[in-house]
Amino acid sequence: MLAAIASLTVLGAVLGLGLGVAARKFAIDGDPLADEIAALMPGSNCGQCGMAGCAIAAKAIAEGTATATVCPPGGKALAASIAAKLGISVDLDEIADNGPMMAYVKEEICIGCCKCNKVCPTDAMIGAAKQIHGVIREACTGCGLCVERCPTEAAQMQPVPITLQHWVWPKPASVTTPAST
Amino acid sequence: MSDYFFLLIATALVNNVVLVKFLGLCPFMGVSKRIDSALGMGMATTFVIVLAASICWNIEHWLLTPLGLGYLRIITFILVIAAVVQFTEMVIHKMAPALYQTLGIYLPLIATNCAVLGLVLINNQEKHSFVTALVYDFGSAAGFTLALVMFAGMRERLALARVPEVFSGAPIGFILASLMSLAFMGFSGLNFK
Amino acid sequence: MGLIEKFLHNPKAPRWGVHPDDHKRPAADAPLRTLPLPARLYVPLLQHVGQPARPVVLVGQEVRKGQLIAEPQGRISAPVHAPTSGRIVAIGEITAPHPSGLPFEAITIETDGHDRAVEADVPADPFTLAPAEVTALISAAGVVGLGGATFPSSVKLALGKRSEITTLIVNGGECEPYLSCDDRVMRDRAADVIDGVRLMLHCTGAREALVGIEDNKPEAIAAMRRAATRFPEIKVRPVPARYPMGSDRQLIETLTGKEVPSDCRAADVGVIVNNVSTANAVHRAVRLGEPLIERIVTINGGAVWQPGNILAPIGTLAADLLAFAGLKSEPARLVMGGPMMGAVLPHARVPIVKGSAGILAFNEDEVAIPEAGPCIRCGNCVQACPIGLLPLEMAANVRVGDLQAAASLGLSDCISCGCCAYICPSHIPLVQYFSHAKGELWAQERDKLRMEATRKLAAERAVRLEREAAEKAEAAARRKAERDAAKRAEAAAKAAAESAVTEVAE
Repeated sequence: MLAAIASLTVLGAVLGLGLGVAARKFAIDGDPLADEIAALMPGSNCGQCGMAGCAIAAKAIAEGTATATVCPPGGKALAASIAAKLGISVDLDEIADNGPMMAYVKEEICIGCCKCNKVCPTDAMIGAAKQIHGVIREACTGCGLCVERCPTEAAQMQPVPITLQHWVWPKPASVTTPAST
Repeated sequence: MSDYFFLLIATALVNNVVLVKFLGLCPFMGVSKRIDSALGMGMATTFVIVLAASICWNIEHWLLTPLGLGYLRIITFILVIAAVVQFTEMVIHKMAPALYQTLGIYLPLIATNCAVLGLVLINNQEKHSFVTALVYDFGSAAGFTLALVMFAGMRERLALARVPEVFSGAPIGFILASLMSLAFMGFSGLNFK
Repeated sequence: MGLIEKFLHNPKAPRWGVHPDDHKRPAADAPLRTLPLPARLYVPLLQHVGQPARPVVLVGQEVRKGQLIAEPQGRISAPVHAPTSGRIVAIGEITAPHPSGLPFEAITIETDGHDRAVEADVPADPFTLAPAEVTALISAAGVVGLGGATFPSSVKLALGKRSEITTLIVNGGECEPYLSCDDRVMRDRAADVIDGVRLMLHCTGAREALVGIEDNKPEAIAAMRRAATRFPEIKVRPVPARYPMGSDRQLIETLTGKEVPSDCRAADVGVIVNNVSTANAVHRAVRLGEPLIERIVTINGGAVWQPGNILAPIGTLAADLLAFAGLKSEPARLVMGGPMMGAVLPHARVPIVKGSAGILAFNEDEVAIPEAGPCIRCGNCVQACPIGLLPLEMAANVRVGDLQAAASLGLSDCISCGCCAYICPSHIPLVQYFSHAKGELWAQERDKLRMEATRKLAAERAVRLEREAAEKAEAAARRKAERDAAKRAEAAAKAAAESAVTEVAE
């Protein structure tokens, strides 16, 4: 009896000590995966994912509390590259439902308050005080911060127009197998 | 020497731990969607099995048998295996964070992989010498990895196939596993004499 | 390949590709007709690969035939000229000849019927000019590759400066069924084509020109041979009729035996490929000073009354051409270009562009395609693929959404020739799978670039905010220092004044 208790105790102590040493030796400062994911993210800290910034979102993805599809401005490309990094598969189709958006300014009600260009994370909103503002289309990520900030609802979101250069052939309708119909 | 070679063949193919002994089916079905994660899982399990087996053999030989503590065997072995798995988890987290993420819950679950405890107990039951035990366990782990990678390869192909909806996912996976098991039965006809 | 087909197979013909019924005659044998000037022409600004041209005319302005109406912008671009004289009535959107049916920018010209041309300055002997000068003439004339890719010709000819070009291949393959516009150009304008070839040889510095013509066009071969007899550097070479012989890589391999590696261009193996119609356009641009403002268009298909080739100004609506050729029945499908690779048109009110080789109006019987079935893994598509890809595997991966796997099987090398879909016994729309996947991969690539740009912008903004804060703090500190100094000076002055007062008082 005594031998059993003693041997198990010793064994447990030795293994615990070994694990403790190993934990010290293989300690990771920060999360290398989170850093790698953060490097992939847009970095504009727009907050559309509901988190305070890209680094925090990257950490959440690395920990598995957020999905790879969490970043709306990143879109499919980002989701695919994060999924490749994590070695998981994501359903890319769930991102495409409302498509990319872009800000525009309703010129007749813009009062030129300059509030939107202060919050824009990519400096896509331009305009001086008391002048009608405009959007640089190439720089807008569609984060929607300007819409929240605009006192007159002049800044609004619209879907990015599809042009000849952006049009993609639709996927052929899948053939149904006899069993699945 | 040739005995060890035949032992390796016998454990990896003829008595394949997954497809003939039906041990360790949980990661076999769980981590076999992609070849690279299957390979990572196989290597992690091999590492755990060989390390745990060598430690357990020594504990059995130098501690449990001399003190007559045979009834503590399972609890001791589980303790060792859990510690080894913890150690493996730390190593993988440090060395290959992406693999760590891919394996997810299946990595700590190696601790409850019945192949690991099963092999250690078989070592004891068959009264293997230390070297035989190591070869036996390494062969079995290699057989596990082989089965896992082959199965993952087939499931990657299966993802492209038009599987009837009622069979898609796990059901067709089990059908595939049973066919692989049938195929591996063919190795029982191997005769080295 | 069946046993009988193997027996009948031309031993010289390549193993790749397919051999569809060519349907070229009687349209190819009908004499060339000229379209009477339509009332309005819709001249698109983007008729080439690269940046669209920028309009240099205003609405209401009178233009003459051959006058520049839009100038190129960017490195790869081409100018656009007025196809006839008239008045600009609109610069705006019109449906593009594209399966999406999306609009693009075009200049609408109301023709006045006089067809007055601008005076052209033509060099007496272009062969005395430097190659770069001739290339500049071709560039100013807006000549683009007329084989279908519409790559600006001057950019292609200037490749000779970067890598040494030994061979100029002139593509008279015209492997697409139904089309015969190149055939017609070679029969009717063989001397012009040969002159264009000589000019292109001069531009590129190539030593020889090989004119590859499919052996189903004996009249064109004879005409070209006759025209080329005086020029030993130009050799007319019949090639077996096999689709897609007109694809540049396939033609290069058949004529020179060189294979263009997957991530290289033809120029990297010392070859440049140009279409016979492009050679004709080069001749007209350099010898007559006439920009690319008209082309020969094949009107063909089961729904057409009088199939044939029509010389029409760029910007003519497909509807005008079909009305001229006459329709037997309401077409079930309209296609611009060939049936294998052409674009399905949303309706007939789209303009022809520089690269439009034909307008095909098919009747119901011709477009009937049975419903797609499951892949039976027969491997016919693998045999037919001229690139040597595995269409069935790529399509299966695209179908389940694994685009990366499809890309790793060589999706980017696919030329969308349509051989696989043509040969498929299950009628699987393989090319549509590949077009979809290529578009998606492109979009993802664009998104990635965009995100990198966003990250850069965000980082620059952070730097700017920091700098502004620092400048503000600095300015505040400076003001404070100034205020303090002023205060001190004031105090000192006061003290001095006080002491002066007391001194005076004393």
